[in-house]
Amino acid sequence: MGQFILNRILSGIIVIFGISVFSFLLIHFIPGDPVKIMLGQNATPEAIKQLNENLGLDKPLLVQYTTYITNVLQGDFGTSLKTGRPVITEILDRFPETVKLAAAGIFIAIVIGITLGIIAARFKSSFIDSGVMMLATLGVSIPSFWLAILLIMVFSVKFTWFPIAEGTGLRDLVLPAVTIGVLASTMISRLTRNGMVETLSNDFIRTARAKGLEERIILFRHALRNVLIPVVTLIGLQMAALLGGTVIIEQVFNWPGLGTLAIGAISSRDFPLIQGTVLFMGVVYVMINILIDVIYGIIDPRIDLSAKEAR
Amino acid sequence: MEYLLEVKGLTTQFNSKKGPLTVVDHVDFNVKKGEVMGIVGESGCGKSVTSLSILQLLDKAGEIKDGQILFKNINLLKKKEKEMRIIRGKEISMIFQDPMSSLNPVLTIGRQIAEIMEKHEKLPKPMVKKKVISLLNTVGIPRASEIYEEYPHRLSGGMKQRVMIAMAIACNPSLLIADEPTTALDVTIQAQILELLRSLKDELGMSILLITHDLGVVAEMCDRIVVMYAGQVVETADTRTLLRHPKHPYTNGLIQSQPHQSKGERRLKSIPGQVPTPDKFGAGCRFAERCENVMEICSSASPPLVSIDGQSSCRCWLYSDKEEMTI
Repeated sequence: MGQFILNRILSGIIVIFGISVFSFLLIHFIPGDPVKIMLGQNATPEAIKQLNENLGLDKPLLVQYTTYITNVLQGDFGTSLKTGRPVITEILDRFPETVKLAAAGIFIAIVIGITLGIIAARFKSSFIDSGVMMLATLGVSIPSFWLAILLIMVFSVKFTWFPIAEGTGLRDLVLPAVTIGVLASTMISRLTRNGMVETLSNDFIRTARAKGLEERIILFRHALRNVLIPVVTLIGLQMAALLGGTVIIEQVFNWPGLGTLAIGAISSRDFPLIQGTVLFMGVVYVMINILIDVIYGIIDPRIDLSAKEAR
Repeated sequence: MEYLLEVKGLTTQFNSKKGPLTVVDHVDFNVKKGEVMGIVGESGCGKSVTSLSILQLLDKAGEIKDGQILFKNINLLKKKEKEMRIIRGKEISMIFQDPMSSLNPVLTIGRQIAEIMEKHEKLPKPMVKKKVISLLNTVGIPRASEIYEEYPHRLSGGMKQRVMIAMAIACNPSLLIADEPTTALDVTIQAQILELLRSLKDELGMSILLITHDLGVVAEMCDRIVVMYAGQVVETADTRTLLRHPKHPYTNGLIQSQPHQSKGERRLKSIPGQVPTPDKFGAGCRFAERCENVMEICSSASPPLVSIDGQSSCRCWLYSDKEEMTI
């Protein structure tokens, strides 16, 4: 198990190396002179020369990358052109807010999604089942900004239960988290429902019934765990995407997360900040994926984590 | 003679797109205390549905339409689902054909046996664990305390079937229904499992209802036999009589299809044709199309099940004139 995690971390490092190369090259992908784009059309030749030197863009690529990666490894992601603060500080200031929102949203999504999925499967082919699945279809097709605005209109404007885009307290968290949760729950409920329906037709469920167990125990102890593998994969991917910042939701609710940071960085052509955010999100993705693999092994004993190395 | 289980006129239908299909049609048989009763027949004859009907474990499409299932003289079909749950696993337990898929892959062996005792006997946890380990020893599983913590995929098919048996006998049931318990196992393991079932039966004094298509298994294990064909009972008799003097042409055909070492024949005999599906049951005898002794009456009227000598019965026009007593 320990060996497995170590292997996953090693392969994760290779992926992160790839991302670092990509984020480093980002600045060179831009057509034209990035420095001119950054400084605008009225920049003086001196200023252009100065920034080129500051960013090290006058040196050969390999040297540039070596400097870049050495700095990154020491925790130096460069300095934001806009604020003059270190990129890593900018990111770390915003990241906890994104984590808060993502965690709250995913929690709501899991509770709603798995509950509805189980209920739909339990009453398969009844009106409850078709009702839940219709809701799920509806949820997939609703745009997130529309739901966000609807929630604001109903709960902030009409009933004034929740503040509108004021801060990052618990009350401010409710509406954006519900928006994320409701939308993310639709996929989870569909996957849970289909998985449960399939699992409930297995022989071992009949064995459990033949033991005289209650339906509740059959659903939760015997069926649900067998369904969790695909569901956990989906939740992990959703979590990783959310940790990258939910651009639209954060914009609508004025939530100071990574999403708004990245948007701001792009619109102000703050290249060091864009590079830093891309690399940071990459690391988060890799770490979430390692976590999912570890959870697989805990859920399903047939997935022998140590056996993977033998192959 | 007191019967442990009496099945009377059991009729089970399955809903299909073409309308309800009667898969089990007025089936009667009984199981005495301490005996092994066999139900024999080809695939599709309704023997598994009969056994699932007893415990009311049919899936949603199946429905028991008529009949009585008297267990210790109480009609199980009058019981509510909640009351049936007390009977399942405790009074009547069941083992299934495929041990590979009958155990939950994500729960430990110990857990899966323990939960049946927690449900029915309400014992404290440490006692349950002790009992489970001794049960595993009883069914001949080596290193029982290690296997307790193991997951099903680490065990062989034979070992899994032993685990299923341990589960089935955990609460000392009076009736064990074994639905093709050895079909999925290889021959040497088959013999071991049958031997285990036999010794457990004597030890625990339970009755066994053994469902199989294998006459060899029946000859080995059963006191009496019910032969089913196309959802109906076609013959019942004690094992010796049935195997030596089969009455129904179908039973005869089944016995003829068994390989015999001594006869030295090259080719095995077989019954031509197939079991008709429930939507193709006609007005006459359901075996008529495949029968060697088919007569004119066979295709127009369905023969009644008649008692032959108080012990055996047979559903065939060849015998119906002997004693016109339907049972």
